[in-house]
Amino acid sequence: MSTTPTTLFDKVWDAHVVQHIDDGPDVLFIDRHFIHEVTSPVAFLGLKNRGLSVMFPDKTFATADHNTPTINQHMPVQDPLSANQLKALEDNAAKYGISHWGLGNPKNGIVHVIGPENGITLPGMTIVCGDSHTSTHGAFGCIAFGIGTSEVEMVLSSQCIMQPKPKKMRINVHGKLGKAVLPKDVALYIISQITASGATGYFVEYAGEVFENMSMEGRMTVCNMSIEMGARGGMIAPDDTTFAYLKGREKSPKGAAWDSVLAYWKTLKSDKDATFDKELNFNAADIEPQITYGTNPGLGTGITKKIPAAAEIAGSENSYKKSLEYMGFQENELILGKKVDYVFLGSCTNGRIEDFRAFASLVKGRKKADNITAWLVPGSHIVEQQIKEEGILNILTEAGFQLRQPGCSACLAMNDDKIPAGKYAVSTSNRNFEGRQGPGSRTLLASPLVAAAAAVTGVVTDPRALMQ
Amino acid sequence: MAYDKFTVLKSTAVPMPMENIDTDQIIPARFLKATERTGFGDNLFRDWRYNPDNTPKQDFILNNPLYSGKILVGGKNFGSGSSREHAAWAIYDYGFRCVVSSFFADIFKNNALNIGILPVQVSPEFLEKIFKSIETDPKAQFIVDLPAQTFTIAATSEIAVFDINTYKKHNMLNGFDDIDYLQSIKPAIQAFTEKSFY
Repeated sequence: MSTTPTTLFDKVWDAHVVQHIDDGPDVLFIDRHFIHEVTSPVAFLGLKNRGLSVMFPDKTFATADHNTPTINQHMPVQDPLSANQLKALEDNAAKYGISHWGLGNPKNGIVHVIGPENGITLPGMTIVCGDSHTSTHGAFGCIAFGIGTSEVEMVLSSQCIMQPKPKKMRINVHGKLGKAVLPKDVALYIISQITASGATGYFVEYAGEVFENMSMEGRMTVCNMSIEMGARGGMIAPDDTTFAYLKGREKSPKGAAWDSVLAYWKTLKSDKDATFDKELNFNAADIEPQITYGTNPGLGTGITKKIPAAAEIAGSENSYKKSLEYMGFQENELILGKKVDYVFLGSCTNGRIEDFRAFASLVKGRKKADNITAWLVPGSHIVEQQIKEEGILNILTEAGFQLRQPGCSACLAMNDDKIPAGKYAVSTSNRNFEGRQGPGSRTLLASPLVAAAAAVTGVVTDPRALMQ
Repeated sequence: MAYDKFTVLKSTAVPMPMENIDTDQIIPARFLKATERTGFGDNLFRDWRYNPDNTPKQDFILNNPLYSGKILVGGKNFGSGSSREHAAWAIYDYGFRCVVSSFFADIFKNNALNIGILPVQVSPEFLEKIFKSIETDPKAQFIVDLPAQTFTIAATSEIAVFDINTYKKHNMLNGFDDIDYLQSIKPAIQAFTEKSFY
């Protein structure tokens, strides 16, 4: 029997279509639904108003992460509005029988960190959450993407959403990454090449030697940033690295069930001659540690480069100049040596154990610069525990850093972790939009190593210069 | 959430000719702490619209009494970033029913359609014509005709045809949403689950 070669994306999508509507969306069945305190309360209110219930409570998982404090989590939450949202999540989860790892639960953490680390995220699944960085789970060969609150209500009430099938793009990165070049740099580099809207309308598959050699943590970082190039999501075919990561995780299949899923998971890859609507190729050798200088994630460059002139940038000159004005930067300036006030290590992009290992490797034996306020926020309690067990906390403490408690924190500054107006933050998070990290804050996105280099020198520094 | 039916809208428009207007600008994260869907319009474009002491920024378009209307016209890549549906709620709550751009971010577009805002995508050239038209006359009228799928600059009668899939068009014309539809096919969903892998 001959079959048409198909992509990984098609295999997973087509296996989840309940119904196709002509000149309309597909009704897509959702295997896993994550919810958090910010984008779920209105969905539950909608259910109540319509007199609907939750169709499959055991397919939805709740965690508190977006507006939670990152210190004194054992104390009552001070902000009454945040406390109210956390209470609403707790009540709604209890009412409908949904698993809830709230504040204080040893498995609590950022939704896109705890899903994978507990084996809730498995290859070939469809996964949604009212959060655009749901694309993170694509690292396991899932179709995972962010949805709005109306869609959260759809999934709660029917376990389905209605989506037009996106186009397919494959991004290949060939060769081997250079010294101090991390997965975050690969993502920022691709976005800088194709712009913040370069993949809008597409679902991306990442392929090539660089991703094959990447850890699961690294793959999650790359897939996480897919939305920053406009893509609905990004995915990587599962392989032995994926299977080794998942084996033995709390909710991973065990015994005979493991053998059975493994056989299925091994079929999850694009066929040799499968075609994509668009295919892009990059070389690892062209990627150096990256940093952004503007107010969208596409405005980034190699750390040794100058800020481009308006003429070199795609898009309108006015928008670009407004962006540099906000940042207090000029065209043709060097970014190296720019003064930094804050360093943020954390978020669903770079809040995993490997990110803390990288940061610690560079600050080891050095001291935090006096002008730097550093917020080091693990993605989950499990990550926090690993940091302690691996001796990373000792390294950080000796270098003058403190570890905070898990949460989204300064990535979106919904809690008290806000960068003050006019201050510069080198941040391992995912967005450098105006005011993203607090009203008037100025964000330079970078990898954990670039963040560490800034943390110990007080200025934008090439980590390679500190790694002799 | 049911919403008003959308058929033909004739209105003036508010121009925002910036690219990459992200959802953090439309509604900053610190205003996402409500557990109900009301009042978001007050904080629409909060940090562009108000100074830190809450006085209006005089140079921001929404604070200029010359410009008003139910149509918001934005630059390329409108609604990028966070999936927060609050951005669409804020736009709707403020009084807009249609957003025009040469390019929309995917999630924003879905969110808009789900709550009754019509996203109209036109060519970059036509978008420029709309901006020019408002620049010439802030009270310039535009006609959004959903049944005909056309956007017309009234003064010049220039027309752009826009895309919307038949299913979503039907929903908007009648004020239905996807939740209504999904409830109507519950047996098919139940049957699908029986053979679902996970």
